[in-house]
Amino acid sequence: MTQTELTGAKALWATLSAHGITTVFGYPGGAIMPVYDALTFYPEVRHVLARHEQGAIHAAEGWAKATGEIGVCLATSGPGATNLVTGLADAMLDSVPILAITGNVARHLMGTDAFQEADITGITLPITKHNYVVRDVEELPRVIAEAIRIARSGRPGPVLVDIPKDIQLAPYHGEITAPHARPEIPAPKPEAIEKARELLQDAKKPVIMVGGGSLDAAAEITALARAWDIPVITTLMGLGSFPSSDPLWLGMPGMHGSVAANRAISEADVLLGIGLRFDDRVTGRVNGFAPNASIIHVDLDAAEIGKIVRTHVPVRGDARVAAQMLAEGAQKLDLPEWREKIAEWKTRTQEPDHWGAGYAVKAVVDRLRPDDILSSDVGQHQMLAAQLARFERPRRWINSGGLGTMGFGFPAAIGAGMAEPGVRSIVIAGDGGFQMTAQELATLKKYDVRNVKICIINNSFLGMVRQWQELFHEKRYSEVYLGDSNPDFLKLADAYGVPAYRADCAEELPEAIDAWLNDPKSSLLEIVVPNEHGVFPMVPSGASLSEMIETEPPRPTPGIEKNTAAEEAKNA
Amino acid sequence: MTGNFDPGQKDHLVSALVRDEPRVLTRITSLFGRRGYNIRSLSVGSTEHPGLSRMTFVVTGDRGVVEQAMRQLEKLHDVVKIIDHSLEKFVDRELVLVKVAITPESRVEVRQIAEDFRARIVDVGRHALTFEVTGDEGKITAFIEQMRSFGIIETMRTGRVALTRGSNADIPSHVYHEGETETLRPVVEAAEPRETKAGGVPNLF
Repeated sequence: MTQTELTGAKALWATLSAHGITTVFGYPGGAIMPVYDALTFYPEVRHVLARHEQGAIHAAEGWAKATGEIGVCLATSGPGATNLVTGLADAMLDSVPILAITGNVARHLMGTDAFQEADITGITLPITKHNYVVRDVEELPRVIAEAIRIARSGRPGPVLVDIPKDIQLAPYHGEITAPHARPEIPAPKPEAIEKARELLQDAKKPVIMVGGGSLDAAAEITALARAWDIPVITTLMGLGSFPSSDPLWLGMPGMHGSVAANRAISEADVLLGIGLRFDDRVTGRVNGFAPNASIIHVDLDAAEIGKIVRTHVPVRGDARVAAQMLAEGAQKLDLPEWREKIAEWKTRTQEPDHWGAGYAVKAVVDRLRPDDILSSDVGQHQMLAAQLARFERPRRWINSGGLGTMGFGFPAAIGAGMAEPGVRSIVIAGDGGFQMTAQELATLKKYDVRNVKICIINNSFLGMVRQWQELFHEKRYSEVYLGDSNPDFLKLADAYGVPAYRADCAEELPEAIDAWLNDPKSSLLEIVVPNEHGVFPMVPSGASLSEMIETEPPRPTPGIEKNTAAEEAKNA
Repeated sequence: MTGNFDPGQKDHLVSALVRDEPRVLTRITSLFGRRGYNIRSLSVGSTEHPGLSRMTFVVTGDRGVVEQAMRQLEKLHDVVKIIDHSLEKFVDRELVLVKVAITPESRVEVRQIAEDFRARIVDVGRHALTFEVTGDEGKITAFIEQMRSFGIIETMRTGRVALTRGSNADIPSHVYHEGETETLRPVVEAAEPRETKAGGVPNLF
């Protein structure tokens, strides 16, 4: 094909192809049809047809979170574009590099409330890192290249490019824009590192806390922690940035964090935070967070430093370089008292020993292999998985941390599974969240994805909401019972041609897990658990980390609530 | 008029050089709105560089709030440079149109006061005079106060515009600047005065 035969749509695919984009998740519609038509000329790009645009963008996020590379999704104008909104907000809060391409009505119709017109750049302004409307076809490849650069550079994030239909059809005469080089991340200032090092040297109760921004610095952070012999806490987003098998690992901080992590934060005199943004689910009440600690905050994003917590030593720059610089000349700290305290706190971790959601999640995550990718949806099962799963390396744990998007887990697991077909992509979901994107079972079937393993922890409730109602709303279980109307998940899977297994009790579980994991195809496992289980430890919303409830409060009559709520729901 | 902005003051004068592209103003004002920063005045105009506009805004808040706002702003792709005028000597101006009610008795006095302020008459009516006043905020406020007793019918202020003094057109962005800032000043040193160096604490960015 000669250059003169290119259209905007073909120039789009050629540019994506030049950037090494191999897979795009999307859903066609009227205003993006020229792009889908042009796709037939670019067999090197695989298009994955989701069953809902939300499924497409979460799959792109799963791809991006597993690989660290950009995830690309495609949608038509109006309703197609607005269906991406949740995924864009999710990617924004979790700093996921996403390129979202939307069609729009032709330029002469824009602003006239034309059929399927929505001002998607206006709508997504606050939930994208940047967005564009392409108004000149000759600009299209340049805009796409720039969008990819913005999405991947610095603190990654979603970028949306809206392309009017007439631009897609217009002849394109220019060259195809080559990929931009990745801009260099600024190195931290040596004075800042020196200041941080001085604090660490004099520390009596130091702790390192790493977040989602440290995933690509895992090796350097691990070396740093071992060189100083300082315990490490990994946030929900940072799980895997430090090996769980290392004795220095204290678990996850925050609302459902470990006793060791939260007590260590509350008592620490120096807290070295790397690549984290001190989310309220991590800090609890901010003025009670690390009250005795001098805080060193390493972050790429200057706006995060001092945004939530007071920072004693700001270190702006690349986490990898910062960790390397901080490790230079380190000597192991001799802190027997601190170690003793931590050892005692670590014994207060309780493994679930009786049948329930925690028991089920533990049985599943105990079967994880180091390469397996574990995704979760949002809710109790997510917190249980985060507490119980063990990760030796980063990018093996995929979940919606910032936005807490129900429906995220399953499509994200499909995206991750497609990105790494050689590894198992296991997703733990609840009965509520799974149904928000359950139609993506069709995507599994269509592409014969064989490595996605779905586990539904079915407690017949919106479990986390129920837990809050139990603790903070005097057990008024308002509109959280699902058991009377849940589908038969095995039949649902069967309808899509996905093999499915079920376990109802602890005795059945090992065999069911074996059958599920050993199935050569993607398969589903439903684990039916009692519904009264809560997730503990827990820091109540608005409390400080030191006010953590360590264990589940005793229940005078286990199981009663289930029956009452179920009866009430039936009688209502 | 010149000034050195007092960092303790509630209003902060900030300029931004931004790309002249659609939605830039929306993007910036939506960022302010979403994060709860209050803009007291905002002026936008083109610059000597094609494709670049300059915005001057007055943000209300304490020093930390303003620095956070500036850092959030600088993350935007459209924002090329942020200048915090509290860190440099600057000139600023505001233009206001003031329509003052007049009577045959007050007419002369109003004109006399206007002359003292070097206000120009831009419209003459039977019952009103419209003045154009240019100057810093204090001058304009003083003029309006003087006219208040005669009866102000309406006013329109442009909002402040500002430039740094001197010939330094290319000063670096003030977000990652080398000078001292409140939230990025190491608290450790503040807590341990013995370590504080003369001439202020270095910014660690």
